[in-house]
Amino acid sequence: MIPELGQFALVLALSLALAQAIFPIYGALRGRVELMAVAVPAARGQFVFVVCSFVALAYAFLINDFSVAYVAANSNTALPWYYRFAAIWGAHEGSLLLWVLILGVWTTAVTVFSRELPVTFRSRVLGVMGVVSSGFLLFLLMTSDPFTRLDPAPLQGRDLNPLLQDPGLVMHPPMLYMGYVGFCVAFSFAVAALLGGRLDSAWARWSRPWTTGAWVFLTIGIAMGSYWAYYELGWGGWWFWDPVENASFMPWLAGTALIHSLAVTEKRSAFKRWTVLLAILTFSLSLLGTFLVRSGVLTSVHAFATDPLRGVFVLGLLVAVVGGSLALYAWRAAKVRSIGRFELLSRETMLLLNNAVLTVAAATVLLGTLYPLAMDALGLGQVSVGEPYFNSVFLPLGLPLLVLVAIGPLLKWKSERWPELMHKLRGPLLIAGITLLVLSWWFWQVSLGAVLGITLAVWVATGSFEVVRQRVSGRRNPLAALRRLPRSIVGMALAHLGLAVFVAGVTAVNTFESSRDLQMRPGEAYTVGDFTFRFDGTQSIQGPNYQATEARIEVLREGKSVTVLHPQKRVYQVQRSPMTEAAIDGGVFRDMFVALGEPLGNEAWSFRIRLKPLVRWIWFGAVMMAIGGVICITDPRYRRLLGREAATRQGAVAKRFSEVRT
Amino acid sequence: MKRYLLLLPLILFGAVAVMLAVGLTLNSSQVNSPLVGKPAPDFQAPSLHTPERSVQLSDLNGQVALVNIWASWCTSCRQEHPYLMALSEQGIPIYGIDYKDERSKALAWLEQYGNAYQAVAFDAHGRVGMDWGVYGVPETYVIDRKGVIRHKHIGAITAHSLREQLQPLLAELRRESGSR
Repeated sequence: MIPELGQFALVLALSLALAQAIFPIYGALRGRVELMAVAVPAARGQFVFVVCSFVALAYAFLINDFSVAYVAANSNTALPWYYRFAAIWGAHEGSLLLWVLILGVWTTAVTVFSRELPVTFRSRVLGVMGVVSSGFLLFLLMTSDPFTRLDPAPLQGRDLNPLLQDPGLVMHPPMLYMGYVGFCVAFSFAVAALLGGRLDSAWARWSRPWTTGAWVFLTIGIAMGSYWAYYELGWGGWWFWDPVENASFMPWLAGTALIHSLAVTEKRSAFKRWTVLLAILTFSLSLLGTFLVRSGVLTSVHAFATDPLRGVFVLGLLVAVVGGSLALYAWRAAKVRSIGRFELLSRETMLLLNNAVLTVAAATVLLGTLYPLAMDALGLGQVSVGEPYFNSVFLPLGLPLLVLVAIGPLLKWKSERWPELMHKLRGPLLIAGITLLVLSWWFWQVSLGAVLGITLAVWVATGSFEVVRQRVSGRRNPLAALRRLPRSIVGMALAHLGLAVFVAGVTAVNTFESSRDLQMRPGEAYTVGDFTFRFDGTQSIQGPNYQATEARIEVLREGKSVTVLHPQKRVYQVQRSPMTEAAIDGGVFRDMFVALGEPLGNEAWSFRIRLKPLVRWIWFGAVMMAIGGVICITDPRYRRLLGREAATRQGAVAKRFSEVRT
Repeated sequence: MKRYLLLLPLILFGAVAVMLAVGLTLNSSQVNSPLVGKPAPDFQAPSLHTPERSVQLSDLNGQVALVNIWASWCTSCRQEHPYLMALSEQGIPIYGIDYKDERSKALAWLEQYGNAYQAVAFDAHGRVGMDWGVYGVPETYVIDRKGVIRHKHIGAITAHSLREQLQPLLAELRRESGSR
């Protein structure tokens, strides 16, 4: 009964989503306030029913209702309850439901936080979000119903993919989806602005906090995914250029470009058309990414062969949403004029270059991701484009970007003079120069990449400090000035500092990692640097739904015990697949990573031992970027300005309402 | 105003959409490689497992064998690997060419997914791949007892292509030489 209620709730949500799509947009077109008023209640009502449906599916998982096909395929009675809950988004149907749920969260947030927007504009925004939501709900109901029943019900489920049985999975996809779907808000703002023909700096200011918010979630989501790959896949790598990773990286790159271009549009009324296009593209890449990954198109086009309807529907939805908005763009954007003028040496130019690099980077990833698909579509078979391609393309793109990151925020809007720029840059130039010299002395022979990478990290870091320093120093009370700094400046500086930390981490891991694959018998030891790894033997362990062999490795430094590591080799009972659980001793400056390989007979085992310097800085950096984003969002100026503008407009609308009534 | 420029994103998206649509409808047909029917190009490369030793064409030694081009960075390889494992268990010798890869990653990959290969040639710079006309990973070549390439499979082996193409061909080749 409960699954049927869940399905019925989805049908109700679809009808409300259609109402949310049709009435407000039509009402805004005709200037009919009573039709526009449908937007908010319809959006909230739709969210309530999607929540009901999600709860119904969660309930089916928690009570092990294997009469529901999706539950039977992705759960098992031996699975702990928290993985049974996370299994909701372990496969296609459930992740789609999560997608719709999160779209509901964002839509509801828009209804709550944009009460002060002009009514017509808000109606259009919610209407566009209603269109997207309708499309997804239709897709869910027509091709990917998670509530389909099995008769007779199996006694046991097929279990969740062991790779996904990890605390990382509980939070990683929802975070990622919060990011993907969050870009729908920026997209809807852009499309609404195109519909209304009003693209001004107010539009950019309204879009900014939403865009940054989505970007923060996506950043955290990607970092979590990378960390999860690091300790779960058992190789100690942190990024694989996997199609799944690329799918999240493309919208991140485009979204980062969007954040920067929105800044120009807000402050200087320039780049308007470009910003709108970026907002559309960012969300389109999110959509494309979700589909490519979730539908299995990427690994094989023929994944759709099992259910051709699904593929056709996905494509139809993409064409409708992306094609529709791009057609609207082609039609309406000609009317938009950018007024801000700027000279060659100005912050605008820097941000333009930033956008150029980030967009090219996103296009590069897209190309590398779609190329195999194109080959397949042309009948040339399935191929993978891998690490060699991405590494060779990303390095030349990344280096100039890092050089620019430190300069851009120090420049004035509109125009800057060279001597002044040099004066502002003297601190960072000096420190980075000294770093370069010292490092060259030490590491020239070891690695040119390391010298370059660390120097650039120092350059970006000092540049970020300089932004703050120049606004504080020379004031009568520097501490008070520091406290009065706009939050958006503090947030930006912190995010850029995060980038520096990230670059330092990547460089250190790539150049100074020591890795060794070896075999050891109990009692044998292996020494790398100051550390000695001693293998003390193995024991069997029985987990809730798996059996494992656990090795004991004691790590010694100068004869003293530092830590004991317990890497495991697990075999999950239902799917019979072996999994490597690496043991990691993490630290700020280095990680010790040990993975257990294969038994080699005679009690000997193969091991992978890695010493990874600064590896955690990769994720620290990402977290700093995300915190920087959060600080930017809390800048009171978004609310203040909104409030002032709204006050006048609210009066006008209230007047109009009373006119309609009388 | 340059209005046509504003149409550009739409046109580009249209191209991608058409490609996706074609991808949905088309069944990947096999393109014939110019090498099919010709003797397999000779090669010599260090072994992945023991770099001191080398792997060469003569190792095939007049058997009906598969030569599989793979890499640890290749996602489709992960997909086809179970089928290679199955073929290897049926006694078909499979030789691997590890294409543009890193040794440690490739070894870890084999440890995780299983080693289906008699021997793996480590082709770090893709030189061997060049001779064999590799233009994507994975690719699989069927070699007969005389060392002639009889079939080239581009892309991941699927359950379908295994059943419909590879296994019948392998059986036929083995019979062909059994009668002699």
